[in-house]
Amino acid sequence: MAKTSKAVRFDPADIKEELLKKYPPKVARKRAKQIMINEAQESETPPEIVANVRTIPGIITMRGCTYAGCKGVIMGPTRDIVNITHGPIGCGFYSWLTRRNQTDAGETGENYMTYCLSTDMQDQDIIFGGEKKLAAAIQEAYDLFHPKGICIFATCPVGLIGDDIHAVARKMKEKLGDCNVFAFSCEGYKGVSQSAGHHIANNQVFTHLVGENQTPPEGEYKINLLGEYNIGGDGFEIDRVLRKCGITNIATFSGNSTYAQFASAQHADLSAVMCHRSINYVADMLETKYGIPWIKVNFIGAEATAKSLRKIGQYFGDKALMDRIEAVIAEEMPEVEAVAADVRSRTEGKTAMLFVGGSRAHHYNELFQEMGMKTLSAGYEFGHRDDYEGREVIPHLTVDADSRNIEEIEVEADEKLYRARKTPEEIKALEDAGYKFKHYDGLNSDMDKGSIIIDDLNQYEAEKLVELLKPDIFCAGIKEKYSIQKLGVPMKQLHSYDSGGPYAGFKGAINFYKEIDRLVNSKVWSYMKAPWQENPELTATFVWE
Amino acid sequence: MRKVAIYGKGGIGKSTTTQNTVAGLAEMGRKIMVVGCDPKADSTRLLLGGLAQKSVLDTLREEGEDVELDDIRKPGFGGTWCVESGGPEPGVGCAGRGIITSINMLESLGAYEESEGLDYAFYDVLGDVVCGGFAMPIRDGKAEEIYIVCSGEMMAMYAANNICKGIMKYAESGGVRLGGLICNSRNTDREADLITELASKLGTQMIYFVPRDNDVQRAEINRKTVIEWDGAVPQANEYRGLARAIDENKMFTVPTPLEIEELEQLLLDYGIMEA
Repeated sequence: MAKTSKAVRFDPADIKEELLKKYPPKVARKRAKQIMINEAQESETPPEIVANVRTIPGIITMRGCTYAGCKGVIMGPTRDIVNITHGPIGCGFYSWLTRRNQTDAGETGENYMTYCLSTDMQDQDIIFGGEKKLAAAIQEAYDLFHPKGICIFATCPVGLIGDDIHAVARKMKEKLGDCNVFAFSCEGYKGVSQSAGHHIANNQVFTHLVGENQTPPEGEYKINLLGEYNIGGDGFEIDRVLRKCGITNIATFSGNSTYAQFASAQHADLSAVMCHRSINYVADMLETKYGIPWIKVNFIGAEATAKSLRKIGQYFGDKALMDRIEAVIAEEMPEVEAVAADVRSRTEGKTAMLFVGGSRAHHYNELFQEMGMKTLSAGYEFGHRDDYEGREVIPHLTVDADSRNIEEIEVEADEKLYRARKTPEEIKALEDAGYKFKHYDGLNSDMDKGSIIIDDLNQYEAEKLVELLKPDIFCAGIKEKYSIQKLGVPMKQLHSYDSGGPYAGFKGAINFYKEIDRLVNSKVWSYMKAPWQENPELTATFVWE
Repeated sequence: MRKVAIYGKGGIGKSTTTQNTVAGLAEMGRKIMVVGCDPKADSTRLLLGGLAQKSVLDTLREEGEDVELDDIRKPGFGGTWCVESGGPEPGVGCAGRGIITSINMLESLGAYEESEGLDYAFYDVLGDVVCGGFAMPIRDGKAEEIYIVCSGEMMAMYAANNICKGIMKYAESGGVRLGGLICNSRNTDREADLITELASKLGTQMIYFVPRDNDVQRAEINRKTVIEWDGAVPQANEYRGLARAIDENKMFTVPTPLEIEELEQLLLDYGIMEA
């Protein structure tokens, strides 16, 4: 029932107007710049979108905080570094295993992911300062686990009272001797979203970790996989495929990663970037300091996976590798195609909305396309303009006070360790053949003309969009999950995958097809009307009526 | 019970004025509790005869939750109760938060209960109202009347004006009122006229003019208030006068802070022009 009223055609300009109608004029003016009607790819001057700007107070945003971006996203998935949250207990507790980053404890069995360590600051620590308590916590963590590294994360009050967490980290590192202790000034209020936290994490990992291991790891075609967080086991599937192709993944930043992986990242010959937003800083710094070029890849979607593997093969230019990659693709694809063909009979023509991450909204387009589904509207929570419009706009980005507040570190070519992986001639030959280094076109170019791209979507607009366009599925995070389901629309979390995954690589694509088929073809959401909405037992009228 | 807070620029003589005035009130038979709201914990030194007492926050830190009223308040000159809020060492933590915790602790221990028979609670607050924590005594009705210690010097007047902004902010929600300016003389030109004029522009009064007298320093060296040290010297009578003025004060207003230009003009009109 209830699918008859579906809006098949819509005028995006009307939708935009409808979304803005309720706002006061000033708010509407600002939001109008963050809601964009996509142009065709070939259009001369694609419209600019405003992104990475403060959310207007009072708007219930989908964004997270800087601490979440730093501890939760970037450092959280590393299994053998002990993470200590310096602050009151809530920040530590609610960032405890909530992102479903999976880990394999490996031969050593070293895995601290399941622990939640916090200094649990009390009123007294706020008044008298928490540095001593932090030092004691570091000592306690060291005595318990003897880890290779301990990371300290600042929460909001720590910034307000001015605890010098970096000095404590330095002192403890010196005292402990065999444990690398370093800190992140990632107070939640910094920046405009979790994106600031990614940047802060990138800087510190690069400063304190990368380059430490002198011995090059074994392996023939050595790459780093950047911006892959092993949600629901995505990283496991990608590693399986890479191994099958004979490609050695030196370091994943940072799904199921280890201290040693980060410390050896400079030995790779190529950086493959998944999530452009969260990790492009490290990719750039690896190139500047060690001479490792980077390319954008996407392992979300079977076709995208095949394309990314070929791109890696082409970089190394070795026929044996390229043949092996083709063989792997040929071996993996039939099963994927069979499932795709099956689900397509039920999913073809269905519609989706994607509001997630700073790359995920883009990546998952691929999977929906493979199922014959159309993305009506998409956008990021914390993307910047380059994630929408492509890296060409980077020189034209406005640097505002909020961006200046986040440290930019200067990196130079390392005198001893810098080694250009390709000669200028080799680079040129690849580029002439259409190969693109350091290149990302952004979300907009993969979206249909007339689709609606919205930055920093909020609760009100999300509900309005669903009401107006009635998508068959809505993808976002946990905060949006239940409000969307209450509107009678299936909802898939693409931060934590609900309880599913992996969705990356070939096996992941199959999982995703089946999951989405199950969700969009379930009738359960059409029975969402409560009995009293359909047949009210009590009726009443006002006395003056 | 009247709840009084004393504010003013750092170094203007808040603690000295407060304690000497409290000594005057005590002499009149009033029952008073003085709460020092300064991390340095030196607001009750003269009343206690130099006795350093353990601050509320130190006690809280060492004894944990199990704190009793007698652990944190000491009897001082003339039957006064003396409390030091205390706070972190300079450069760490949050002293403002400390004051909030400390006052809440006093309340929960019943220091303000009617059974304590207090006529006055005096809060001696450090410096300017720099942040929310230092405004604690004027929030939520912790203090109901404010006196600002100032002098004819520009920066002291500037600070007084700033404090008035803080009072105005909380006057609407908390019902706090300004009782007047106390001029602690620095012997600047036409000081009394200037402060009287400033007070009237702020919508208040100069409640008392305390002349400069070295007997204050002599008493301080002896770790006493002037009244206790030598009740016969003229300065003792000045503090008695200030105590009486506060005791009899009926003028409580919501201040009207000045623009900075207006403040500078005032100084030009009264002092500098003739110099």
